[in-house]
Amino acid sequence: MFSDPDLLKFVFGRLTLEAIPYHEPILVATFLAVAIGGIALVGLITYYRFWGTLWRDWLTSVDHKKIGIMYVILALVMLLRGFADAIMMRLQQAMAFGGAEGYLPPHHYDQIFTAHGVIMIFFMAMPFVTGLMNFVVPLQIGARDVSFPFLNNFSFWMTTAGAIIIMMSLFVGEFARTGWLAYPPLSGADYSPGVGVDYYIWGLQVAGIGTTLSGINLIATIVKMRAPGMTMMKMPVFTWTSLCTNVLIVATFPVLTATLALLSLDRYVGTNFFTNDLGGNPMMYVNLIWIWGHPEVYILVLPAFGIFSEVVATFCGKRLFGYASMVYATVVITILSYIVWLHHFFTMGSGASVNAFFGITTMIISIPTGAKMFNWLFTMYRGRIRYEVPMLWTVGFMVTFVIGGMTGVLLAVPPADFVLHNSLFLIAHFHNVIIGGVVFGLMAGVVYWFPKAFGFRLDPFWGKMSFWFWLIGFYFAFMPLYVLGLMGVTRRVSQFDDPSLQIWFVIAAFGAFLIALGILSMLIQLVVSFIKREELRDRTGDPWDARTLEWSTSSPPPDYNFAFTPVVHDQDSWWDMKKRGHSRPLGGFKPIHMPKNTGTGVILGAASVVFAFAMVWYMWWLAGLSFLAMVAIAIGHTFNYDRDFYIPAEVVVETEGKRTEMLASEV
Amino acid sequence: MTELADHAVFEGQAPTFYLKEEHHPEGSTMLGFWLYLMSDCLIFAVLFATHAVLGRNYAAGPSPADLFDLPLVAVNTSMLLFSSITYGFAMLEMEKGDRKTTLVWMVVTALFGIAFVGLELYEFTHMIHEGAGPQRSAFLSSFFTLVGTHGLHVTSGIVWMFVLMAQVAKHGLIVENKRRLMCLSMFWHFLDVVWIGVFSFVYLMGVLG
Repeated sequence: MFSDPDLLKFVFGRLTLEAIPYHEPILVATFLAVAIGGIALVGLITYYRFWGTLWRDWLTSVDHKKIGIMYVILALVMLLRGFADAIMMRLQQAMAFGGAEGYLPPHHYDQIFTAHGVIMIFFMAMPFVTGLMNFVVPLQIGARDVSFPFLNNFSFWMTTAGAIIIMMSLFVGEFARTGWLAYPPLSGADYSPGVGVDYYIWGLQVAGIGTTLSGINLIATIVKMRAPGMTMMKMPVFTWTSLCTNVLIVATFPVLTATLALLSLDRYVGTNFFTNDLGGNPMMYVNLIWIWGHPEVYILVLPAFGIFSEVVATFCGKRLFGYASMVYATVVITILSYIVWLHHFFTMGSGASVNAFFGITTMIISIPTGAKMFNWLFTMYRGRIRYEVPMLWTVGFMVTFVIGGMTGVLLAVPPADFVLHNSLFLIAHFHNVIIGGVVFGLMAGVVYWFPKAFGFRLDPFWGKMSFWFWLIGFYFAFMPLYVLGLMGVTRRVSQFDDPSLQIWFVIAAFGAFLIALGILSMLIQLVVSFIKREELRDRTGDPWDARTLEWSTSSPPPDYNFAFTPVVHDQDSWWDMKKRGHSRPLGGFKPIHMPKNTGTGVILGAASVVFAFAMVWYMWWLAGLSFLAMVAIAIGHTFNYDRDFYIPAEVVVETEGKRTEMLASEV
Repeated sequence: MTELADHAVFEGQAPTFYLKEEHHPEGSTMLGFWLYLMSDCLIFAVLFATHAVLGRNYAAGPSPADLFDLPLVAVNTSMLLFSSITYGFAMLEMEKGDRKTTLVWMVVTALFGIAFVGLELYEFTHMIHEGAGPQRSAFLSSFFTLVGTHGLHVTSGIVWMFVLMAQVAKHGLIVENKRRLMCLSMFWHFLDVVWIGVFSFVYLMGVLG
């Protein structure tokens, strides 16, 4: 049977044994490590008989808190993968000088920088941001769940499916060698005939569906599910930035979906959207992808701004300075982010007037951003600042982000961009804002909300270690790249001739090593905190003396979040409740209406992995089959009308009784 | 309940901080579905923009004037417009609570939809046989993709219609089914609106040259 080449081709498409990279020692070692880790994990889950709980309480859960936590776990796993890529690049560039080729051949190096960008943006930062929004927003607005709980679970599994598809390319076939945005004609069928770009396309398409749907879900949640009394201008700032981010998601991810669909038509069907012949226009792709791509960076950074706003107000013990200006600044950034995309390709021939327009709009964005920076500073001014770990990240952000912002304004000047474009200066700039802005914000958010999610605080010593390693490591890793960029060194190069450049790359590699210690400290912090969890226990539900509603319930919150829906009178509603002597209701509990868990999301996610894999390898029968399966499962799901249940009043009484005891034990 | 929150603070009296009654936020489905439609609208916006940029790039191949059979497209358009009217009738019957007549109008709507997709497929195969397939030029790539994406939407709308008919037949016009009928209604009319754009910008303006 296996000697028939036609049959083989029918069954496996273009997948052959050659596609397994067993001749690449780095990949074999990685595979062994992943396999051993995976087997150990499966073994542990089996040993502790955790499979049932895992399926019932987590994988099929429609609880926004659990989905949020799963998003963050996904993001942390992908952070490790993306960072492994980063440190490999830093090592290669520190070694490959004056004829030395380093240890990564160019075809491998090109896959690594593509994977690094794709993974860090789509599968680290995006799930991280979505996870925090998922966990925090319903709690902050006094809701019991999101508007569409099943859709939330489905979105998470589509995102995870996308991540799995990207990870598969490591061990079966190859990844794209095109850079993270896969510009045609390089990413077209002529120049990238392999499976790399197809993995890229399907990974992003599957994850993109999840992202768009979760955007719709969170907008509907924020608009419709707020507690009574919480008018728009009384919403916590993190909820505001989440709203703006999700508006941007819904307003831009369809553009990415459509653009990648056109690219895949070029590759699969032979159309001529972005080809060089028969009327195709590659610049069309570059415009479209950046119409998504520029708002994307604000999708990432706005929630981070929201986190910093919460953290600053909490740890300075003051109401946020200039709440209204903060909200308007956020909205203005949301709108402006849509009209600056062309600054990503000033050098590609749009002409002076067009460049001037986009240069000016870009510079204007720094005004609302600067307003935010002053708001944070004025909140700190005469505040009683507590330098807990989230506050350290915030101060680190303020210093670092301002530097990144200023180099951004430099790059926004078209003539300067003609000199600096495609150089390491650009790389330094966007890492400066993404690490200094997004990553620092996410780290602050994790430390800040961790006790809410798990009921105990994170160990502050290892938190501080992590912060200082990250901060100092960041400066060592990226300041040399500014210098190199000014000297004209271009990005995406795996070997260099000029030995005088090497020292800068060695310093940058040292910085990456420090960041590795920062990540390691964070992992140690998780373990140490788990061991010391009784000591770090949060019995009050409000460990930081904070201001917004999520801190009014227990840590971790019960499944139903709030036994009674809070009524809001002021911006910092929990602070208001504390100041005006609210009393927690101790009786009169009623049954609570909640959505039921469902396995449909996991199953659809798994089916979409199979579908994407089949499309990548041209296994048309399998693609057709899995697509039909997805449609059938989705339709089958709509025939289930029994989607909710009531948590009995007795259970609520019992849960709230335990909380009463715990609160009493604290005093 | 919201009023209570605004007027709860009286002189010297502790304000109400918790609702004693169950809080029932109004349904989010219509807003959510509307947002989905807007996101879908953006996909069409990209395809329209692509057609605006590439629609004259014939690459020495056939142009709209050579290819488009406007009377056929007019018939096709009327199929879709009629289907929107009949879906409106179905919704009116739903409001009256008449399950049977609702189902009848849905069948009629689906038949118009099938006629629309059938005519479109006929047009496509005819063009491909003439050597004017999507690979021939950027104009034809964008034409097939824009019109085809709309056709795929109509097709999934038809599948949805049959699924919903089964559900209405099984469970009657219960709240869930009414909500779903409303969503499908929005979807179906949305496709109508998009088609007006396709008809005007792709076919009419295309033939004008």
